[in-house]
Amino acid sequence: MRLNYPTSLRIIRVPCSGKVDIIHILRAFEKGADGVCVFSCMDGDCHFKTGNFRARKRVEQAQKLLDTIGTGGERLKMYSLGSGDGPPFAKYATEMHEKIKELGPNPIKKHKKNAA
Amino acid sequence: MIIAEKKPIEEIIGYIDDCEKLLILGCNECVTVCEAGGKKEVGVLASALRMYFLNQGREVKIDEITLERQCDHEYLEEIRDVADQYDAIVSLACGVGVQFLAEKYHSQRVYPGVNTCFLGATEERGRWTERCQACGTCILAYTGGICPIARCAKRLLNGPCGGSSNGKCEINPELDCAWQLIIDRLKALGRLEDYEKLLEIKDWSTDRAGGPRKVVREDIQI
Ligand code: SF4
Ligand code: SF4
Repeated sequence: MRLNYPTSLRIIRVPCSGKVDIIHILRAFEKGADGVCVFSCMDGDCHFKTGNFRARKRVEQAQKLLDTIGTGGERLKMYSLGSGDGPPFAKYATEMHEKIKELGPNPIKKHKKNAA
Repeated sequence: MIIAEKKPIEEIIGYIDDCEKLLILGCNECVTVCEAGGKKEVGVLASALRMYFLNQGREVKIDEITLERQCDHEYLEEIRDVADQYDAIVSLACGVGVQFLAEKYHSQRVYPGVNTCFLGATEERGRWTERCQACGTCILAYTGGICPIARCAKRLLNGPCGGSSNGKCEINPELDCAWQLIIDRLKALGRLEDYEKLLEIKDWSTDRAGGPRKVVREDIQI
């Protein structure tokens, strides 16, 4: 397919979206990620049956937490697609890239510099 | 085990907003199993708080330690050398751990990071229910192994109240009537005659009604 998607995205492979925990998401933001997206299989398609449902719940909790601490839950998104779905992946990646560009950098980066 | 729930982060922030150095202290026992105060929850809270402070323009040092238990001297001693380096310690242990920590580190600010709920069991992941109220004089032998103190809303000792209907308790249609459970189990055990025996007036002096309690076992004291 040779589809293009923004180079701002760094892919971290996990065995299943259910492996992604709140702590992984928070650590990414703490290390300065401007946004995080979790790509999962479609509902009902999880090889481990409920991994994607677990991931969704964790994403929702992390979004709330990010809102509370002032980072902003909108910097975290979850998309579901099929394992061979190149075009939607490229589309969602671009969408996320645009969204983050609009939101600007992770606020902790600015403050980290200020504090130093 | 002791069941606890995470406190809202806003509440915790309210306690420690003025601090520059914090320790988040987890416990490896009950609160780890009920996913409220173990190593993972310590990591999540510490990370979220660090980002919260950075978003406020402050770099607050937040360390993470999880002890084997917080209700034993020997484990709490493990933080002896570092405890006074912090402006405050947020303990994710149950109320016992939080208090023992506060007693041991008398001049240190200590805050609870969880709400301690009850003594219960894990029905399934994410669902815990109460089983025992630590009344100090266990009567499970007479009640088919089902506790009317913890599980009957009225703590009745000799059969159900008039509100028991279709096996459910009158205070909540989703709650099993403890006495229905007791009778069903006695039936299954073929010991329904136990139901006929009147339970004596319970000795409540061993319950909380008798004030704070203690257990002293001279046989194991050195
Ligand atoms: S009778 Fe007392 S000790 Fe026994 S299970 Fe009930 S509350 Fe706990
Ligand atoms: S309905 Fe059953 S459990 Fe509820 S208060 Fe009455 S006896 Fe107790």
